[in-house]
Amino acid sequence: MTWPRFRDLLTTYLFVAPAVILFVVFSLFPFIKVFQLSVFEWDGISPDMKFVWLENFKTALFHDKSWWTSIRNAGVITVLALTFQNFLALVLALIVDREIKGKNFYRVVFYLPPVLSGIVVGLVWNWIFDGSHGLLNHFLVFLGHPEWQRAWLADPATALYSVSIIHMWKGFGWGFVILLAGLQAIPRELGEAARVDGASELYIFSRITVPLMLPVFFLVSILTVLGTMQIFDIIIATTNGGPGFHTEVPITRILAAMLGSSRFGYACSLGILFGLLLLSISMVQMKLSKWSSRYS
Amino acid sequence: MNTMGNTFYRIRHWSRLAVAHAICLTVASACVFPLMWMVSSSLKTQRTIFSDPGLWVSNPQWSNYYLAWTRGNFGQYFFNSLLYTVLVVGGVIIIASMAAYAFSRLKFPGRNLLFILVISTMMIPIPGSFIALYVLLNKMGLIDTRLGYILPQINGGLALGIFLLKTFFDKLPQDLEDAARIDGCNKFQVYMHVAMPLAKPAIAVLAVFNALAVWNEYLLATLVFSRPELMPLQKGLMVFQGAHITEYPLLMAGITISIIPILTLYFIMQRYIVAGITAGAIKT
Amino acid sequence: MNARSARRILCVLGSGILLGLSACSPSNNKADANTILVWHWMTDREEALVKLTDQYQQQTGVKIQLELYAPSDAYATKVRAAAQTNTLPDVFSVLGESRDLASFINSGHIADLAPAMNADRNAWRKQFFAKALANTAFQAGNQYKVTPGQYGVPIDVTNIQLIYNKALFEKAGLNPEKPPRDWTEFLTAIRALKAAGFAGLVSGWGETWLIQCFASNYAFNILGEEKVLDTYRGKVLYTDPEWIQVFSLFEELRKENALASGVVTMVNKTAEQIFATEKAAFALNGSWCVNVYKGMNPDLRYGAMMPPPASKRFPMRIWGGAGSSFMVNARSTKNEQAIAFLKWLSEPAQQAQLSTETLNLPSNRASLEKIPVVLAGFAAQMDNTTHPTQWPVAEIPTVNEAFEKGIQSILIGEKTPVQLAQELDHLKARYRAREKRQ
Repeated sequence: MTWPRFRDLLTTYLFVAPAVILFVVFSLFPFIKVFQLSVFEWDGISPDMKFVWLENFKTALFHDKSWWTSIRNAGVITVLALTFQNFLALVLALIVDREIKGKNFYRVVFYLPPVLSGIVVGLVWNWIFDGSHGLLNHFLVFLGHPEWQRAWLADPATALYSVSIIHMWKGFGWGFVILLAGLQAIPRELGEAARVDGASELYIFSRITVPLMLPVFFLVSILTVLGTMQIFDIIIATTNGGPGFHTEVPITRILAAMLGSSRFGYACSLGILFGLLLLSISMVQMKLSKWSSRYS
Repeated sequence: MNTMGNTFYRIRHWSRLAVAHAICLTVASACVFPLMWMVSSSLKTQRTIFSDPGLWVSNPQWSNYYLAWTRGNFGQYFFNSLLYTVLVVGGVIIIASMAAYAFSRLKFPGRNLLFILVISTMMIPIPGSFIALYVLLNKMGLIDTRLGYILPQINGGLALGIFLLKTFFDKLPQDLEDAARIDGCNKFQVYMHVAMPLAKPAIAVLAVFNALAVWNEYLLATLVFSRPELMPLQKGLMVFQGAHITEYPLLMAGITISIIPILTLYFIMQRYIVAGITAGAIKT
Repeated sequence: MNARSARRILCVLGSGILLGLSACSPSNNKADANTILVWHWMTDREEALVKLTDQYQQQTGVKIQLELYAPSDAYATKVRAAAQTNTLPDVFSVLGESRDLASFINSGHIADLAPAMNADRNAWRKQFFAKALANTAFQAGNQYKVTPGQYGVPIDVTNIQLIYNKALFEKAGLNPEKPPRDWTEFLTAIRALKAAGFAGLVSGWGETWLIQCFASNYAFNILGEEKVLDTYRGKVLYTDPEWIQVFSLFEELRKENALASGVVTMVNKTAEQIFATEKAAFALNGSWCVNVYKGMNPDLRYGAMMPPPASKRFPMRIWGGAGSSFMVNARSTKNEQAIAFLKWLSEPAQQAQLSTETLNLPSNRASLEKIPVVLAGFAAQMDNTTHPTQWPVAEIPTVNEAFEKGIQSILIGEKTPVQLAQELDHLKARYRAREKRQ
């Protein structure tokens, strides 16, 4: 290796050095600890731990119905988010991108839900969904359908969907901001030229916007999946996983194992399984992203 | 060419506009409603806050804001939160953008592996990592220090930051950078003067995201800090949330005060998100 | 571009300042020999505690440094983290179940206070309600293999009863001075209340421990204490007819529509709101509610009663005992001063002061005369209390969780009592089989 080449490599490494150092110190160490602890049975306090090899993983995969329920629940919310939430975010981004009146107002307002503290979100939505005096039920009576009233968060048929609505309400602001940023990066002339040539909005959207926005779409969908699968503060604020296990999600199960039943090793094994799941989903999404961008 | 002159097109345009506005307004009211509830609750008393749930307040207690500020010791905590937010956001932007630029534009051995390793932390939630982190900070002597609070949070924002910025850097056309290289700029100058300005929208998104995370952070602060003078704003809000009694009006007032800076930041940043950069730069 | 450079300079400067700041060593909390460090989580009592610690300093010259970490989850995490690094303060508390306290004790973090308690012919011990001490004591032969002893000092007591709204009783044509005396009368009363347009029972049964509390009360009433403990020991099955009877009570509540809407996922704070705004006539809540209701609705007229028994064979028991307890760090160098402070805190005068200011029941029996009248109804039942932390055995955590969530399922009509019982037995059998294999 020549000196200039070495120096070149050195400066390149300097670019990534701070990130890698921080990563090694603050992420790698807990990472390794989690892997290490997952093969023990430990209550989180006492100095003795019992080595149980893969027992924790076996329990999680074969004997813990609540774990699979929680994954299924998180999956349902994620699918809803990927479709409705991102669709809404896209529609709003498109509208606001096109110089509509009051767009500054909308831009700030749509970002309010993510900013609001979890406490306020919990209080307000508990009130909206409340079974006896909630706003939603009042509204249904107003619309002339009192028979549709129910305890939205306590009824097993609607609890999960109610929680999903809260999550989507809180989450679309992010998709909106990122999609808007992506749309704004598309040069105006392309759309203008096509419009002048008489192209319909749909044509412009499908032939110009979508191909240019594909990387952003994938980015948003990966972030949506990661963010939604890890949902938990909304659950704790509204249903605490109930009724029964109907709104349990992976993170609440991990917390229950960690603090509720003091099975730290088991919680770590759940964390690893969950991480592997998320990793594989993300890998698939990223492969799809690369494949589609090469195709277009 | 005058498509607007035709009545049909005119009706279609206006009805589209009406639909667009209708959608926006509906969603906007759903977004604003909790905020209005929060503000109206902050002006009520503990007694009326739930017995009188309407948005209109007949006897507004403006003193709640003053009380929230003083009892929550907001002055000190506000300054701390501002400091932490600025430093963490600044740290994340600088460190993540440099790393993302390297992953995107520079070639070096182990590039792909390192990238996957770093962003995989985004995907593996580490339960109880707080306790492991505490043990680590204790070993490093960083307990009860500002640095011990800031560094883990910078690290926390890196995975997403690198991922986001790499995506944006990948999208940028090479021409500008090549031109700069030909002009004799070294890697760092290309990064600073060409790539970064073009990535303003992504940086703005990152700034807002991390600022929000730091501003709302609480658990790490409880673990790391003992001295009250180092605590962030969320600690002040905790004063109103007792084990059994929650002083709702004061809490709402406190929360209202606390979201003003974040909204201000977003307001400033979203101009950059909207800036629309390469429009003029790449005309062949 | 200017803004960017300016910002970068700011960041570099800022980091420089920080590094300089952090180079100074962290505060020396424990350096002062005359300072006791106390960690607590009780935001509601911070003011009262600060006053008391100031008084103590004036009287004895010993400084008590109070540090508040709320909410209780964050506090528990901090205590565990400190335990891992041996940086626990002089006085703190272990929140959670006996299992956790046992772990802390076995790891050598908690000092045994039995010698101090028993000194001078039990001078200190005699001041407390026996039940309050039992929460943090371990007896010989306990399942956690903890050396028997007294490991905590209770600073208040509490119990959980049925609260009922006297005004709503009158509106429904019931006699507020004669609340229901058994389960049948209870359901009758609820029917009358519902006819008058009020909800029956409200409680934060989204917080599963409250479900456990109610179920446990009736289990003690129907099966008796020994049989319940035998169930935990594995000698009695959940499919026993008496357990089915307990579960059926919940089914009856559902069939009668006796519960307020959404109780199954409600947090207790919401339940308190609903009771305070007089939408429900009964609430299952603890003695801390006095303070809460006073803030939300000072004109509320209510009383406390034991849950109406469903069986005459065994007495009805309620959950109660120490509300909050403090433990002393076994590794601290200031044990004597810490114990002296805790002794002072549990004296009648201080207990009365704490009780009056925070409307909690004192742990010192002598302070009872000085408590506000409204708490008297709670205090009267302290002898009928019990609590999981006082029992020699505990159920397996996963079985407990299935128990609590299963009752939620019964309340929403998804499971029958028999189904739940079978599920619990199955779960327990599998767990035991695995234990044997290891």
